[in-house]
Amino acid sequence: MIRFFRLSFAIAAKDIQSEWRTKEALNSACSFSIVVLLMFSFAFDPGAESTKEFAGGLLWLVFMFAGSLIVNRSFSRELPNDCLDVLIASPVPPAALFLGKAFACFVLLMIIELISIPVFGIFYNITWWRQPAWLAVALGLTTWAMSVIGSLFSALTVNLRLRELMLPMLLYPMLIPALMGAIRLTSLALANEPIAGEDLVWLKVLVAFDIIFTSLSLALVDFVLVR
Amino acid sequence: MAAVSVENVWKYFGDYPALRDVNFTIDAGTCLALLGRNGAGKTTLLRILAGLSGTSKGAVKLPDRRRTAYLGHNIGIYDELSALENLKLFGRLYEVPNVKQAAAKWLERVNLAHVADSPAREFSRGMRQRLALGRVFIHEPEMLLLDEPFTSLDDQAIALLQGLMREARMRGATIILSTHQLREALELATNVVLLRRGQIAYCGPRTKAMADDPAALYRDHGGEP
Repeated sequence: MIRFFRLSFAIAAKDIQSEWRTKEALNSACSFSIVVLLMFSFAFDPGAESTKEFAGGLLWLVFMFAGSLIVNRSFSRELPNDCLDVLIASPVPPAALFLGKAFACFVLLMIIELISIPVFGIFYNITWWRQPAWLAVALGLTTWAMSVIGSLFSALTVNLRLRELMLPMLLYPMLIPALMGAIRLTSLALANEPIAGEDLVWLKVLVAFDIIFTSLSLALVDFVLVR
Repeated sequence: MAAVSVENVWKYFGDYPALRDVNFTIDAGTCLALLGRNGAGKTTLLRILAGLSGTSKGAVKLPDRRRTAYLGHNIGIYDELSALENLKLFGRLYEVPNVKQAAAKWLERVNLAHVADSPAREFSRGMRQRLALGRVFIHEPEMLLLDEPFTSLDDQAIALLQGLMREARMRGATIILSTHQLREALELATNVVLLRRGQIAYCGPRTKAMADDPAALYRDHGGEP
């Protein structure tokens, strides 16, 4: 087990290091999310109460679109020089390779989110730090769901010419249950309303979603990678 | 005991059988030349042996992945990472003890120690090929799977690869190489598998007659070099 996580960590560290050097996906995802937040701020009145009601949804829409730029690179960054073949032929178990890729996606997505949230707070006049623990839980669980499903579909579409188009088409519908939970919890956290009772169901949905899709992806990735 | 066994392997791409009932075993320490014209199934078989592709029918048995190395048509190194970082990464993946020292040693071996910290994307083609050789040999593999290893290598890299293969053979490594360069392959090989349209046309020891007249292999067993 220690070996498994050590190999996963080596893959994740390599992906983060590579992305940090080129900043290809980070720069595009970050600028995209800031531009979309800016454009929406012109469309809606930042001071209006109604804006605060759909703030969580708006934020997650931006994260989803910007996030697809990050997860799309997860396996496609292995295409130059046929590095994916070398990784598959190596002693790294496919599940460890997948977990490393998902973890690298998670870190990169969190960077985008942590940059976007303060910008969102300024553009929409929202005090976003009033329930930091709940916001962190919603961000963490949903970002992990995006990373896991995104990495699996990135592996599945890596050899397709239209992968940039295919990946969002596969990813977004699969993420709907997690997104519903994320939007509800984030909206409540941003509005500084208590999260209790029926709202806790969404937390359970997010946890269950992460567990189910992480297990499913780890089981399927061997089949997806070896053709 | 057989180091590699290929048992009744079939591989279909759609309806097309790229490999048809391929059977052979080789012992540890063997250098097998996998020959055949374009489309004969050499790369398909090597990809199956490397674990990159599954079989449609049949099975292959190989040593532990930690002791094997694969060099495909491309170099398999990361352009954004430095030469040292590339070798350290693959050292870690193959669980090489003392990975820093091993990476530094192999950079010396492939004459890239002076550019250890430069990103691989800044390297010339020859330097990248030598870095790929460092990547392949860093864990001192017992089994080498080499797909057209001499193709597009410069003279320096060919000499380096031949030297490394000889060293690997001396320490008892098993080598399977597919190539169109008959003379080089038959000089190194102890055994030959000739594939023709996905089937084995010849499987056996390399004879002196083959080394003296490589084209005779194709004349006697079919196919074109």
